[in-house]
Amino acid sequence: MLKRFTLKALVLLFISSFVFLNANDTIKIGAIVAATGPASFLGDPELKTLQHYVAKINKNGGVNGQMIELVHYDTGGSPKKAVTFVKRLINQDKVVAIIGPSTSGETMAIMKFVKKAKIPMISMAGAVAIINPVKKYVFKIVATDRMACQRIMQDLKKRNLTNLALISGSGGFGKSMRKQCKEVAPDYGIKIVADETYGKKDSDMTTQLLKIKNNKKVQVVLNPGFGQGPAIVTKNYAQLKIKHPFYQSHGVASKKFIEIAGHASEGVRLVAPPVVVADKLANSVANKKIALAYKNEYEKAFNSQVASFGGHAYDSLYIITEAIKRAGSTNPSKIRDEIEKTQGFEGVDGIVNLSATDHLGLNTKTGMVLLEIKNGDWTIVK
Amino acid sequence: MIELFGYLLSGVTVGFIYTLVGLGFTVIYNSSGIINFSQGEFVMAGGMSTVFLLHAGLPLGISFVLSIMITSMIGIVLYKLISFSKDSSPISLIILTLGFAIFLRGLAQVIFDKQLHTMPSFVGEGAFEIFDTTLSYQALLIMIVASAIVVALYVFFKKTKTGQAMVAASNNVDAAKLMGINIQKILILNFAISAVIASIGGILLTPMTSTNYEVGIMLGLKGFCAAIIGGLGNPFGAVAGGLVLGILESLVAGYISSEYKDAVAFIVLLLILFFMPGGIFGNLKSQRV
Repeated sequence: MLKRFTLKALVLLFISSFVFLNANDTIKIGAIVAATGPASFLGDPELKTLQHYVAKINKNGGVNGQMIELVHYDTGGSPKKAVTFVKRLINQDKVVAIIGPSTSGETMAIMKFVKKAKIPMISMAGAVAIINPVKKYVFKIVATDRMACQRIMQDLKKRNLTNLALISGSGGFGKSMRKQCKEVAPDYGIKIVADETYGKKDSDMTTQLLKIKNNKKVQVVLNPGFGQGPAIVTKNYAQLKIKHPFYQSHGVASKKFIEIAGHASEGVRLVAPPVVVADKLANSVANKKIALAYKNEYEKAFNSQVASFGGHAYDSLYIITEAIKRAGSTNPSKIRDEIEKTQGFEGVDGIVNLSATDHLGLNTKTGMVLLEIKNGDWTIVK
Repeated sequence: MIELFGYLLSGVTVGFIYTLVGLGFTVIYNSSGIINFSQGEFVMAGGMSTVFLLHAGLPLGISFVLSIMITSMIGIVLYKLISFSKDSSPISLIILTLGFAIFLRGLAQVIFDKQLHTMPSFVGEGAFEIFDTTLSYQALLIMIVASAIVVALYVFFKKTKTGQAMVAASNNVDAAKLMGINIQKILILNFAISAVIASIGGILLTPMTSTNYEVGIMLGLKGFCAAIIGGLGNPFGAVAGGLVLGILESLVAGYISSEYKDAVAFIVLLLILFFMPGGIFGNLKSQRV
């Protein structure tokens, strides 16, 4: 009994000695990502990006002469685990800033803990509620679904299409974007004349689309959704030969969508973060260089096509390290102040201008690109 | 009227998809009396392995055969696990199948990936135009294959010695053993058949809906509903259950609101369990509690 206890104590001592040894000469940045589980399509590229670029920063001499240590935990997308891990990051790991979580639910769950501990956090989730109203310690760099709606509505207005039909996925993404689109539509003089939904694992959406097809008022259709749903909607849409212009959300802004929806995706318009089409951006776009560099580096390092989500991790990491450089200190409160002063930051997601009243710092102009699918590839719509 | 026709056609398409999954439940229940909740994952395994075999450059036919073989091996592994289990009460075995489903999902994430995948439709991407609506070739193929499997199963269970032995094994294991039926063999065959049906379902569905590691969750649930509504144990029950479910969902989405579509499946399931516990075609085994 005693022997086992001593052994445990020794092991503990051994481990903690490492912790203490490391504590002084590295800057600890925490990351809470959903690297596995249902949200792993977000967390996986995010974590890969963080690890890749932390190693790169360290290879180039670190920040202010100190090495960065990335302390990361995998929540599997669970808000409960996010709460456990944020406590661990704050109390045990004593990180100076936190990147993540990947999803809105997790972010909302842990906000009060970072507030209490006065540690700045940059969330990689989409919901507007995270930064509206502004919370002192919470930032985010991901374009909101509200911005996606606004960008689409701008285009509808330009094309004189006023009667919009929505067909939304019933998952978190579809639901949230449906709500935002309904809210911003009146600002552009657009009426929602049909409002259908489908289950995110449904295998046929013909019924809902028939209803829209038979609705004489409809001029244009928008499908907020994520995953396989929008691909099936697009296929059914083409099968039913519906003639109205068809819009998709940034939820399908990956080559996978074109691959799965196949020929049916021709002519579909959608919004996307700039990194998806980094190589096609006009040279005048301010963040083209950085987006393209990130895309190429990621694709080379991980031998897989870039996902826009990894870009959020890149931007978060560099906004924090830049802030630490400017602050010349690793005091979390000072880092927070410097993050808030970030101006003209050229990120993968766009140009970021943060302020005391805006903890997002992106606008529809640089944060979202309008695309049309032509010949199985993206083309930028002016 | 044309509207109604469109809704019905969409409902029938979806109904046959549920049927394909529901049939697998029926087969395993028929011989072992347990409900296999990893049925949806078998469907996933069939679809995913075909996609990845195709990617590896194998021809279509060989990919099908291989993936059906792989999936039936998975079915046999599940049976082996069940036969090792010390506690053989149906409840603990059902929980075991649930655990196996989670295991398969995890395994698929590691072996394959977390992306969506599809493959080209092997009957062409086109569709028949009927009145104002359409029926894709792939959907028609699903209907034909599902019907063929149902008839084959019916003949198998009613007319062949092995099939009869399976039914006997499910009715009374001890009596079946005394009649000289090799229960082990029967059950292995059973799980393999069920997995084969599932993998055929997965292969047929993939060109239409695409697949990924978690596609089995909802399919399994809806297939289970179909099997219960129709009456567990009867292949025609799975068809009836699947069609009732698919058509109801489509009508609700068409005439009431698509918001309530999924609730319908579960309300119908509850009603059936309350008032017709044996399902539409069911002959519920009476059991003293």
